[in-house]
Amino acid sequence: MQKRTLLDGQKFQITIKRLCHQLIENHNDFSNTVLIGIQPRGSYFADRVQNELSQILKKTTIKKGNLDITFFRDDFRRKDGLVAANANTIDFIIEGMNVILIDDVLWTGRTIRSAMDALLAYGRPARVELMVLIDRRFSRHLPIEPDYIGQQVDSLNSQHVKVSWKETEGEDKVILISESIK
Amino acid sequence: MAEEKLSTRHLLGIKDINRNDIELILQTADNFKDVINRPIKKVPALRDITIANIFFENSTRTKLSFELAEKRLSADTINFAASSSSVSKGETLIDTVNNILAMKVDLVVMRHPYAGAGQFLSRHVNAQIVNAGDGAHEHPTQALLDAFSIRQKLGDIEGKKVVIVGDILHSRVAISNILCLQKLGAEVMVCGPTTLIPKHIESLGVKVEHNLIKALNWCDVANMLRIQLERQDIKYFPSQREYAMMYGLNKQILDNLDKEIIVMHPGPINRGVEITSDVADSKQSIILEQVENGVAVRMAVLYLLASQRD
Repeated sequence: MQKRTLLDGQKFQITIKRLCHQLIENHNDFSNTVLIGIQPRGSYFADRVQNELSQILKKTTIKKGNLDITFFRDDFRRKDGLVAANANTIDFIIEGMNVILIDDVLWTGRTIRSAMDALLAYGRPARVELMVLIDRRFSRHLPIEPDYIGQQVDSLNSQHVKVSWKETEGEDKVILISESIK
Repeated sequence: MAEEKLSTRHLLGIKDINRNDIELILQTADNFKDVINRPIKKVPALRDITIANIFFENSTRTKLSFELAEKRLSADTINFAASSSSVSKGETLIDTVNNILAMKVDLVVMRHPYAGAGQFLSRHVNAQIVNAGDGAHEHPTQALLDAFSIRQKLGDIEGKKVVIVGDILHSRVAISNILCLQKLGAEVMVCGPTTLIPKHIESLGVKVEHNLIKALNWCDVANMLRIQLERQDIKYFPSQREYAMMYGLNKQILDNLDKEIIVMHPGPINRGVEITSDVADSKQSIILEQVENGVAVRMAVLYLLASQRD
């Protein structure tokens, strides 16, 4: 198994900061915008973005929720095993708001398609945008593209991108894992 | 992300499933409870699944609850009541079900007046079976929703004391509840007149008490069962009035206990017999929560069973 680091250390921090400034450019003071992290791993990224935005804008009222997509997946009964559901925590109204959907890695786009369906069960947002830390480009199954991208990578289907967070894994890091060729 | 599955293809009884299964169902039901409290109470998970609800015995709550659970999971449903079907023309159970399955049904939810009907069917037809009550045998989804409701109210079931009061002899709810609560680590007591307590029930590891006040003083939760007059072939007690005096729960008894207990009832209630109206409508009663939780728990059961078809 080979591992290649895509993002870590200072570059990781700069990337998060840059994404936050891009968000501020489009959403000003976030009075009409909410962050929604896709469970489970997108919510870590969304937490980080919420903290960073709070520091930059010096306000603590930026709303952030977690959205679980398990019951909206399109591969139910089509693959082995069951993915256990996670909690939804959206304790605000999304009707008429701008929503930033946040996930760590964008690959086929199927998760985002499910997330958009799941989101609509909470109301009709004014606008939905997508932010991802890693965009595995040229691998989409659906016509979905992100609005804010941390880093784009070219990868093979057999490879795997893993994002670790300081809060949960002790280190901010993105690695690309390849099965070694025998 | 944890990948988990049930240890069984069917839900025939609590007897056949283990603690992990029960906990997985209750956890999944938490997620579905969240779903049914949203503005849009529906998820597309079971959109390519067809479920037949086959009821050979009357039911209001269970039937509506299953049907709603199926619809909120986006499954297609067909309903069948024995009274208005070819069963009255002499068709056998296997033939009836196989004919329904020929219409490409994936899952069968069945209530039947005979114990073991679900088990029998699961061996002879090629569909997943959910037992919605078989005679005086088991009613697994009721036990699961009771456990879910207790857990929601008390936080945990381990170590809690639950008394089941009433017609234990004819009750499928009692047996499923005893097995389910014990698997989750609760202590269970049954209480009722000697004639309505099965002989040797102690062998299931439950306590037996014939005095209602003593039983209530012991417990954290009291599950008051209905007297199943339709299953009683002989007189088991002199009159309903006498039963109500000895085993009926009223507000005075409840207020005189030295602690606050939770009152449950699987429905339908005979008001004034097993519990009085003021108890049924009191703060301590979670009867309507049980009904609400029933939909979430049945969604979890159907979702988890459907997920394991190849």
